[in-house]
Amino acid sequence: MAGKAWRSAILNLLRTWLSGKDKIKAQEVSWAVGAVKKGTPQARTFTRGIQTVTLIPGDGIGPEISTAVMKIFEAAEAPIQWEERNVTAIQGPGGKWMIPPDAKESMDRNKIGLKGPLKTPIAAGHPSMNLLLRKTFDLYANVRPCVSIEGYKTPYSDVNLVTIRENTEGEYSGIEHVIVDGVVQSIKLITEQASQRIADYAFEYARNNQRASVTAVHKANIMRMSDGLFLRKCREAAEKHKDVKFTEMYLDTVCLNMVQDPTQFDVLVMPNLYGDILSDLCAGLIGGLGVTPSGNIGANGVAIFESVHGTAPDIAGKDMANPTALLLSAVMMLRHMGLHGHAKKIEAACFDTIRDEKVRTKDLGGNSKCSEFTEAICQRVRDMQ
Amino acid sequence: MIIQGPHETCFHLSPPARADATFRVTMVPGDGVGPELMTAVKEVFKAGDVPVEFEEFHLSEVQNMASEEKLDQVLTSMKTNKVAMKGKIHTPMEFKGELASYEMRLRRKLDLFANVVHVNSLPGYSTRHNNLDLVIIREQTEGEYSSLEHESVTGVIECLKIITREKSRRIAKFAFDYATKKGRNKVTAVHKANIMKLADGLFLQSCAEIAQLYPKIQYENIIIDNCCMQLVQNPYQFDVLVMPNLYGNIIDNLAAGLVGGAGVVPGESYSAEYAVFETGARHPFAQAVGRNIANPTAMLLSASNMLRHLNLEYHSNMVSDAVKRVIKQGKVRTRDLGGYSTTSDFVRAVVENLRHRPAN
Repeated sequence: MAGKAWRSAILNLLRTWLSGKDKIKAQEVSWAVGAVKKGTPQARTFTRGIQTVTLIPGDGIGPEISTAVMKIFEAAEAPIQWEERNVTAIQGPGGKWMIPPDAKESMDRNKIGLKGPLKTPIAAGHPSMNLLLRKTFDLYANVRPCVSIEGYKTPYSDVNLVTIRENTEGEYSGIEHVIVDGVVQSIKLITEQASQRIADYAFEYARNNQRASVTAVHKANIMRMSDGLFLRKCREAAEKHKDVKFTEMYLDTVCLNMVQDPTQFDVLVMPNLYGDILSDLCAGLIGGLGVTPSGNIGANGVAIFESVHGTAPDIAGKDMANPTALLLSAVMMLRHMGLHGHAKKIEAACFDTIRDEKVRTKDLGGNSKCSEFTEAICQRVRDMQ
Repeated sequence: MIIQGPHETCFHLSPPARADATFRVTMVPGDGVGPELMTAVKEVFKAGDVPVEFEEFHLSEVQNMASEEKLDQVLTSMKTNKVAMKGKIHTPMEFKGELASYEMRLRRKLDLFANVVHVNSLPGYSTRHNNLDLVIIREQTEGEYSSLEHESVTGVIECLKIITREKSRRIAKFAFDYATKKGRNKVTAVHKANIMKLADGLFLQSCAEIAQLYPKIQYENIIIDNCCMQLVQNPYQFDVLVMPNLYGNIIDNLAAGLVGGAGVVPGESYSAEYAVFETGARHPFAQAVGRNIANPTAMLLSASNMLRHLNLEYHSNMVSDAVKRVIKQGKVRTRDLGGYSTTSDFVRAVVENLRHRPAN
């Protein structure tokens, strides 16, 4: 996804040098050099041989849907080897909560991960697991493409947008305190560095995936300093990527227009809380969290793809779960790794099965079991070979 | 005293007699299409002989018509009249010194803590979800809109969100009282307490405490992102929603979009002593200024609610019936509802429907 960063970095540098107008900043040069040294993440090991991917099944229905995805990948003969790991929070030395070291080591080695749903309890002793993962791997961008599924009708058709959400700071900084009894203060943190990183990523994504425009979503009329900074960084990134159209819109205007005409949006970039709400809103437009894929991009080339629905403890173990979300996330992962052929095959099989309406899980309006749905997709994939 | 058409003899429906016969209401047209919408309201009131007199103040941050004295004048007028109609006072993104906008300061000085938005589907205009009937109650004075921001180090900005038990309890009590008064069955609190455990946790706790005082009303809570998703998939499961400031802004606009947009949803703001009537989704809609395309439905319905608040039940029904009849007939529709009429066309149609009300 962000593989062509080195090309644009060098081009920008050349442009600045040739124009002779502004001085080349030392930082820009080091970025370009670093980008060249790092190379394109895709080119490294994925072209041939089996790639190992860390698999985190998760809680609740997680294990069932992970098994379903593994079965489908096997049927599609995708060159993926799975390494299962568990991520329950453990308290490390000094009392700080962290993920188990073998999970961290596996992720750092493989760079690509697939994750099922994890529990986030209200008012428990430790921070939420998803937050911990984000902090450990510096997963700064959450990408959620929302595309209407042909076989599954919702009141909103032709939705085709991507929400890119800053995932490390903003309102979810986790910094809260009770000032006096009855008065609580929660801090929303916006930094220049994080805003710049996400803005640059959004434009890179738009460029790499042939998207026409990027819209920054903000509330800078109310939170003038914080969202003002975010907006400034987006504008600066827009200057550097003149081939992608840039617009800015207030959060409430986006919500108002999204439910009336979602086709007017393309790529949306925003800070943490707005991104959380808007990405779930868009998921609702296409049919809910059970069919929405999601990917988290981190620094150092780490990418974790996940299903964003809950653990659904009420149907866990009953073979009723819908593996579509995790499957589509896994397809997103294949595309990130450059395995477009396999991605297309599996995605088509999944959509065809849903369109066919014969085998659908309960949340999509059918009566089939998870295993039946999985088997139907496996069959289609085998037929396509 | 009422003036009716020739075929009406309904003096028994005359509004309760009032000694000085007219009510004084403060009017702040605001920016964007606000002035046009206020003109619409005034025209309809004149045609219907509504006994309301408006005291206008033009307060605007973007048009450089704002100053401390103006703000004080508006406040004095509002405190005397106790009822006001307001358009949206737009907040420019660049700030000169003060982080709080005029709109926010007005709200704080009058302590307009509750914002109520009525989301009702209009009969005759179908959207993806029909027959909606929601009430959204939003706490308006604290939360994320505290205007407390600072740059600790260059490039690192902190914005404080403040939640207090007192204000959370107040808005929860308002919500439950409102539900009781209007005969509603369920109140749902919207929050994000799984992430903001202390802040939204306090809000949730306050709501739960107040809920125990109202055993007849069902109480639930839902996380904001799930709420947004449910609103686009199945909005009928909600009745009254209560929430802190920012979530209220999002859900107001979302729900307005569900029934037809910012032009059709009325809203009001309450404090313990004052009531301000405005549109539900507050946008200045600057692109429509001067083009005569704005939809005055929201403002007219809000004006009708104001008349009900003033106990002018008869006039209130007259205005709202006229507006609803025009929409139902479907011949005159503004651009946001898919038609080609102008604002003036719509107002004219409403005025016509005022006079030729069928006798019953």
